[in-house]
Amino acid sequence: MDSAFIIEKSVIIFVVFALTMLMAMYSTWAERKVAAFLQDRVGPNRAGWGGLLQPLADGAKLFTKEEFFPNTPNRFLFILGPAIAMSTALITSAVIPWGDKINVFGRDVLLQATDIDVSILYIFGVLSIGVYGIMIGAWASNNKYSLMSAVRASSQMISYEVAMGLAMISILMMSGSLSLKDITVMQANDGWNIFYQPLAFLIFLICSFAETNRTPFDLAECESELIGGYHTEYSSMKMGFYLFAEYANMFISSTILAIVFLGGYHFPGMAWVNENWGINIGALLGFITLFAKICFFIFFYMWVRWTIPRFRYDQLMHLGWKILIPLAVINIIITGIVMVLFN
Amino acid sequence: MSIQQISLSVRKMEVSNKEMTFLERIYVWTILKGLWTTIQHLFRRKVTIKYPEEVREMSPIARLQHMLMRDDQGRERCTACGLCALSCPAEAITMKAAERKADEKHLYREEKYAEIYEINMLRCIFCGLCEEACPKEAIYLTTSKKIVKSGYEREEFIYGKDKLVMPLDMAIKNTQTNTVN
Repeated sequence: MDSAFIIEKSVIIFVVFALTMLMAMYSTWAERKVAAFLQDRVGPNRAGWGGLLQPLADGAKLFTKEEFFPNTPNRFLFILGPAIAMSTALITSAVIPWGDKINVFGRDVLLQATDIDVSILYIFGVLSIGVYGIMIGAWASNNKYSLMSAVRASSQMISYEVAMGLAMISILMMSGSLSLKDITVMQANDGWNIFYQPLAFLIFLICSFAETNRTPFDLAECESELIGGYHTEYSSMKMGFYLFAEYANMFISSTILAIVFLGGYHFPGMAWVNENWGINIGALLGFITLFAKICFFIFFYMWVRWTIPRFRYDQLMHLGWKILIPLAVINIIITGIVMVLFN
Repeated sequence: MSIQQISLSVRKMEVSNKEMTFLERIYVWTILKGLWTTIQHLFRRKVTIKYPEEVREMSPIARLQHMLMRDDQGRERCTACGLCALSCPAEAITMKAAERKADEKHLYREEKYAEIYEINMLRCIFCGLCEEACPKEAIYLTTSKKIVKSGYEREEFIYGKDKLVMPLDMAIKNTQTNTVN
């Protein structure tokens, strides 16, 4: 392991970290803007041009707010909750391929923090740890509304993870690999997965809404029933971390959707660009493509949030267990049959 | 006509409990329709008026900003009797009276005048009762369509005599046009 390798990876990790934070920050701004525009309003427009400095103002406000502790015996867990939520939201981005190879100073640099061959398993694992952040924080809050919210969040996440995993299996049957890099390369060669697996895409999309606790599945933080949900007792930057983690999760799940179903950094004519304009330009265009796809999905999350109302708890469970899981299983069977018949 | 069919608001809707069709039950199609509705709003003209930069158009007969009048010789009409303050339902007006000196006869019409005359524009409801109460025709709401300027400090909204008294050149102009007519 030479020093150039360490520098290269450190730079990539730092950039990915900064990018995730920046995206999470500006998602809060975008959320408010999209909400306003969908409701024929203007939205934040006082801080900076078009309200672009609004996230900084919000951050400064959160940092200077009073640090409040409820009367709880679990002070350590109370702090641990947001910490887990935030760190799990950030470490998922380690396995995401942001682009193809680039050539810097005669070295081939892979635009990915690490290309482990169980990327998808890793992401699923980290996602399921994410629920601990909510659960621990809410438990330590010593507040029944928080606890109820955490119970809802964990049962929702656990039930939708099943359907999500099953939807993913049909993709894995086609790619034959768990590495996100391999899945991207396969899609670059054979065409995007969304055209082959529209049903898996739909199931995965719905489940990622549930996994990120977004409307229509935001039962964990429905203000009308549970005050603020699991972060009712939190104030200052600890609450900021929970909110931030939610947006970071949204960014990551948009990224996974873009990579697994929309071909990641692949764009039509990538091979031609790589051949004629060099791989650096190709990787840059690829990164921009991936970014555009991610932004589309983030916009889609917000668009849906301001369109449909919240599901009832029994509807949520009905949809998860009785509709999505059977559909995912049927999808696996159909995929298997088609693969046997045509290969 | 039975009571069930009467609708005073003309917007009465019958509650329908019909079974959802298959298309409605799988949600996807209805959600797409909803998404189509909301995306149209994204490109619609926004109704917000960005207040300090843009101001909503006033009614042509709106009368807002107060003015303390001068008479045809440019003297202040107000005698600080306090009837406007008394009649003000929002208690926005305060004043302090003073006696006119011998060399101030060209400034104030009567022996008593308002040394301090303040209207708190945050309290004022522009009802015009001060104007009705005034026995000297000294205070009027004007048709200038100027609304109170926004600001960050409460003190900015307390208008003193410097902002309320009619400008002298305006009084001179009024006198000139009146004598011509």
